[in-house]
Amino acid sequence: MGRERLERYDLAGPENRAAVEAGLAGATWFRSAVPRKRMKELMRRTDGPAIRDTAIWIGLMVVCAGAGIALWGTWWAVPFFLVYGVLYGSASDSRWHEAGHGTAFKTRWLDEAVYQLASFMMMRDPTTWRWSHTRHHTDTLIVGRDPEIQAMRPARLAKLLANFVGLVDVPLAFRTMAIHAAGRLTAEEADYVPESERPKVYRTARISLAVYAVTIAAAIGFGTWLPVVLIGGPRIYGTFMHIVYGLTQHAGMGENVLDHRLNTRTVRMCRVNRFLYWNMNFHVEHHMFPMVPYHRLPELHEEIKHDCAPVYPSLWAAYKEIVPAVLRQMKDQDHHVKRELLPGATPFHIPNELTDGRARPLAAAASDPTAA
Amino acid sequence: MTQWIAACETDDVDPEDVIPFEHAGNAYAVYRSPDDAFFATDGYCTHERELLCDGLVLGGTIECPKHNGRFDYTSGKALGAPVLVDVRTYATKVEDGTVYIEVP
Repeated sequence: MGRERLERYDLAGPENRAAVEAGLAGATWFRSAVPRKRMKELMRRTDGPAIRDTAIWIGLMVVCAGAGIALWGTWWAVPFFLVYGVLYGSASDSRWHEAGHGTAFKTRWLDEAVYQLASFMMMRDPTTWRWSHTRHHTDTLIVGRDPEIQAMRPARLAKLLANFVGLVDVPLAFRTMAIHAAGRLTAEEADYVPESERPKVYRTARISLAVYAVTIAAAIGFGTWLPVVLIGGPRIYGTFMHIVYGLTQHAGMGENVLDHRLNTRTVRMCRVNRFLYWNMNFHVEHHMFPMVPYHRLPELHEEIKHDCAPVYPSLWAAYKEIVPAVLRQMKDQDHHVKRELLPGATPFHIPNELTDGRARPLAAAASDPTAA
Repeated sequence: MTQWIAACETDDVDPEDVIPFEHAGNAYAVYRSPDDAFFATDGYCTHERELLCDGLVLGGTIECPKHNGRFDYTSGKALGAPVLVDVRTYATKVEDGTVYIEVP
């Protein structure tokens, strides 16, 4: 049962076409009503907040790296590299995400520059991941369509846990870089990356591999791990927080539901976490209105919170739900977190066989995803 | 054979904004640029079926509300991933405060 269900997540498999034929791909998703005038205010772009946050982010990395280098060989270097590692291996995930949407800055080249830098730091090809994330927004948690489902049913627990220190993602990233550098895409990538975009993928992979080769050569040449600790290494020793944040987004939630209020979490977080995560804890809001910059999401939350399910008050509260749900899904793949909308929230569609969150095999389901 | 269709009044669209317009079952987007010129395009993004009128006008560009793909709405040119196909544009004219678009 578990293996068969996991196979359904394969974008190169039959579930992809079944989802298209069932009307689950590129479907109409719920959006709360926000007056156009207010929405325009919230979508409005500005450079100030992202320049400030990027200066702090890069500035802190420079200071911590400098202190770590100065103290190299002593235990005093450890806390500095821990902070450096989290800023590099975790905070760059949210920078990648926001700059990828093109909403962080008003000035386009600033978005692009941060996107390229953060993509390198996260070991993600900027082109394939742009298309992967585009699909994630079109078909969020649609089985066979969404390439970014972290906690499948049943969850690949060993992989999830290993990725707290990048032990699966990093080797996979190098394998993918090698494939790209050879002028090819993986079968899944070929499903969502257009032909015209592919040369960029191959070129970026060759440049990235060259940077890593120089880094490793420097480590060997100088007889020290320092170059690897500074470049690439943080994707292992500093990446745990991006997994902690990322799992709160959708893990354990309903699949194939066509309503982000039912498959996505908004979680209250402290200022430090919100800085590292660039406000992506307002994740329902982000999915419903991806054009709103991260620094306006708290205001958007105030606009639509009456229309959603209750917010999770803390990371702890979110994980109290996630861990049991994911563990239960190891045995019961129909199980998922069922979100109750607040009284008075706008109804969307009455869940049916297709959209009730269980994501049963599509061949057995009806053809209209929104029919009652 | 084309025809000029009254789409809206000039005051219906704020400067640097967009509104929807439907005619004969087709969706259009009508834009007012920051310097008060009017433009029109197909109503839907060429990447996925998403209404451009829900997006954000930034100077001479429209950004799709779903995936942030951008078009130059004055020429229809797609400005980068994920939009790779230009959006169709339509001629416009303003007469006595009414915006007309030329549709097939």
